Amino acid sequence: MAEIGSRPAPGRPNLVPRAFGRLVDSDIFYSFRRRPGVILSAIVVLAFVVSAVFAHWVAPHNPFDLATLNLLDAFTPPAFTGKGNPAYLLGTDDQGRDVLSAIIYGSRMSLLVGVLATLLAMVLGVSLGLVSGYAGGKIDAFIMRVADVQLSFPAILIALLVDGLARAALPRDMHDTVAVYVLVLAIAASGWVRYARTVRGSTLVERNKEYVQAARVIGRHPLAIMFTHVLPNALGPVLVLVTLHIGEAIITEATLSFLGVGVPPTQPSLGTLIRIGNDFLFSGEWWITVFPGAALVMLVLAINVLGDWLRDALNPRLR
Amino acid sequence: MIAFVLRRLLQAVMVMLVVGAIAFSLFNFVGDPVALMLPPEATQADRDAMRQSLGLDRPFYVQFATFLGNALQGNFGISLRLGRPVSALIAERLPATLELAFTASLIALLVGIPVGVYTALRRDSFLSRAMLTTSLVGVSLPNFLIGIFLILIFAVWLGLLPSFGRGDTVQLGFWSTGLLTTSGLKALVLPAITLGFYPLTLVMRLVRSEMMEVLRTDYIKFARARGLSERTVNFGHALKNTLVPVITIVGLQLGGIIAFAIITETVFQWPGMGLLFIQAVQFADVPVMAAYLCLIGLIFVVINLAVDLLYYVVDPRLRVERTAPAGAH
Repeated sequence: MAEIGSRPAPGRPNLVPRAFGRLVDSDIFYSFRRRPGVILSAIVVLAFVVSAVFAHWVAPHNPFDLATLNLLDAFTPPAFTGKGNPAYLLGTDDQGRDVLSAIIYGSRMSLLVGVLATLLAMVLGVSLGLVSGYAGGKIDAFIMRVADVQLSFPAILIALLVDGLARAALPRDMHDTVAVYVLVLAIAASGWVRYARTVRGSTLVERNKEYVQAARVIGRHPLAIMFTHVLPNALGPVLVLVTLHIGEAIITEATLSFLGVGVPPTQPSLGTLIRIGNDFLFSGEWWITVFPGAALVMLVLAINVLGDWLRDALNPRLR
Repeated sequence: MIAFVLRRLLQAVMVMLVVGAIAFSLFNFVGDPVALMLPPEATQADRDAMRQSLGLDRPFYVQFATFLGNALQGNFGISLRLGRPVSALIAERLPATLELAFTASLIALLVGIPVGVYTALRRDSFLSRAMLTTSLVGVSLPNFLIGIFLILIFAVWLGLLPSFGRGDTVQLGFWSTGLLTTSGLKALVLPAITLGFYPLTLVMRLVRSEMMEVLRTDYIKFARARGLSERTVNFGHALKNTLVPVITIVGLQLGGIIAFAIITETVFQWPGMGLLFIQAVQFADVPVMAAYLCLIGLIFVVINLAVDLLYYVVDPRLRVERTAPAGAH
């Protein structure tokens, strides 16, 4: 099986070469190699992740170090227009911050919030779906009714609502310190339903199979059956959902930050950068908006292409 | 039939009650209205008097009932930020949002359906592939970025269209419309395209897949065999049968379009409900947030209810499946 073959065994050095060989031979790697668009997307995502993790070393300037900022450098056009300063490849913003460095730190924030929110939504959705499908009855009906109601409202509205509630309920001076966590929670709360539905569907199929009945007969605790027996067999489709959800979560985060209710301005994400640049669109400083915008589109597009490819590659019917 | 309608109605009322409870808890957990309304030097006696006059000393459920009663009459109190009744503010902003949402849906249908049909009929042509790729890129593009890029190109660089506000409006009774003046129409173009882009790609892909499905059916083959012209087969027979799901989806999307107008209205400073709401969130203006929440909840519940009931009328299979558990209750 391709899925098994493609999974390298971590923490066992003597197995690594064989696992790597199996990975290279697998169907998934074959379909990966044959699609240049997918390879390009993987490179783009990798570049974003690496520069986000090592932002401190990769970025040419530190946009948050006030000592290095010079207001005289504000509004420098990009270097390639001929009117700029070669030290600032993509120009500077209203406070003299290097746009390229701001983008690198901004993508770090966007990726962090997007990935954390997706993982939280996954844990929440998978657990609720598992309980819902395995327990059935009233619990199932209640969870699924909540999911139905939530699904009929757009995610951005739910996220705005959770964010607005937290903003109003917490004291004002706490906003900036907890803003990121609130944001992660808001985006996760708006995205758990898809996982719950998928996992519930697989659980309904798995719970009547013989191995689950056997586990029940030997008297294992229902929670143990759910998480150690049913869960591994219901997780397959979740991987694809996660990939596609990360792109969506990054867009939601950017939108909330653009609306001014996302991350605090002291830790800007790509959405915040676009909002700042939006004020200078009319005075001709287009680069402050366009480059962060382009970075956001590239990142999300690359993640979505990877997600689409993964969905097709893991779908046995399309093989 | 009656049992199903009643159950569905009851469900809708339950959802509205939950939305109302969230809106109500906004009022209760968020800050202390008494402290907000009185000067800091007020005495404890002043506070108690204020508390009593606002009815805050009464039990929780009485307050909730009062809130629901007021909400049913459209009374949500006074905006903390603007100092005016919330109902008047919403009534002022509603026409702008509805005109924008309506124009955006119209664009989505008028462009999405022909493009969808074209891509289904000429599946392998270069133009079809280009359109499909554009729609994929469009889905990865956040809504507000489309708006910003449109502003940059058409307002800043080309100077063709205005980039903010509604232009001149004409008052028709309580309804202020921007559809009757040239500047109003010009101001509508960019926001409507921005808002309509996502539903457009949705309609296009839906029409394409439905159309390709229908073109494979026997009655289309039979129509071809009868020697009917390509145009009659494609548009008279095939298209007509693809439109039912399309109209349902667009109907369901209408609520989403109104909600997504929040983003478009912020980008274009369009004086609608969404802009009012986002300003309320930033200033923690609770009465406006609560009212907007209830209104959007109502719109969604009504649309979903209408679609469900229509399906029940159209699709006989639902009647068999749903009446059985209803009888067992």
